Amino acid sequence: MTTFEQIQEIIVDQLDKEESEVQLDTNFRDELEADSLDLFQIINDIEDEFDIKIESEEGLNTVKDLVDYVEKQKEAK
Amino acid sequence: MDNKKVVIVTGSSRGIGKAIATLYLKQGHTVVVNGRSEFTPELMDYFNSLGGEVHPIVGDISDESFVKEMIKETKKTYKRIDVLVNNAGRTKDNLLIRMSEEDFDSTLTVNLKGTFFTAREAAKVMLKQRSGHIINISSVVGTVGNVGQANYAASKAGVIGFTKSIAKELAPRGVVANAIAPGFIESDMTESLTDDIKEQALQSIPLKRLGTAEEVAELVNFLSDQKYITGQVLHVDGGMVMNG
Repeated sequence: MTTFEQIQEIIVDQLDKEESEVQLDTNFRDELEADSLDLFQIINDIEDEFDIKIESEEGLNTVKDLVDYVEKQKEAK
Repeated sequence: MDNKKVVIVTGSSRGIGKAIATLYLKQGHTVVVNGRSEFTPELMDYFNSLGGEVHPIVGDISDESFVKEMIKETKKTYKRIDVLVNNAGRTKDNLLIRMSEEDFDSTLTVNLKGTFFTAREAAKVMLKQRSGHIINISSVVGTVGNVGQANYAASKAGVIGFTKSIAKELAPRGVVANAIAPGFIESDMTESLTDDIKEQALQSIPLKRLGTAEEVAELVNFLSDQKYITGQVLHVDGGMVMNG
């Protein structure tokens, strides 16, 4: 599973969406109507899944932002 | 979902916590019981005789990693958490000018920080399932204060502010949080009071008797069936505190 697929699965599960609705360029606030609680839960799940820490949700707007963030954290480990 | 609940009761080896666990088990619910030391075989036999499934998880709720493990184990075993009852608590009484930093910290750590840890971890599960009840046991002392219990009162007042805040945060996902403020309840905690203090306490209770742990358990049980009550502090104190 790629990082994208893992994150996609988390978002699909959390927001109850179809996989096709969650693509790299999808903005989760605007397009998926995620509120701050949703976002924190997604971040929380990602932290658990990848065993990383996401300090702030600032600058994280699209699925790609999340994938890039996680990739960078994984490299740093 | 059937009407069997998965309930976690912290500090359930004696007193109010034991009564809460007992009532849920009698109704056939699944109860994770928790205490700092191993449950005696006698107590486990008692819990097992009540009807519901009992699952002991031993550890200290002021230890963050233990709390994470406890919630993880519960979720893994039963797939959900319907009710969290934050009951574990301690007192370390002393007059203010005699109160040490240790007296203060240890009381705050168990009563307030422990409640924070368990609520935070359980909330993650409850938010996902879009339902759940968090019931925090506060105290009448947290609302009216008591001589010799500045640390305990601060921790229990803290629990009330904490409860109201999380009630607001979690409400959008159907998760409710309430606090219960027992008055003087017959338990080990009140047993240790001197006769003088007990007599004084009785004077302040309109119903002229101590409450029982079972009466607190009944309120907890009632609350966990309600979906439209959140952010409240419910007093079970024989009328000691009357709020409008």
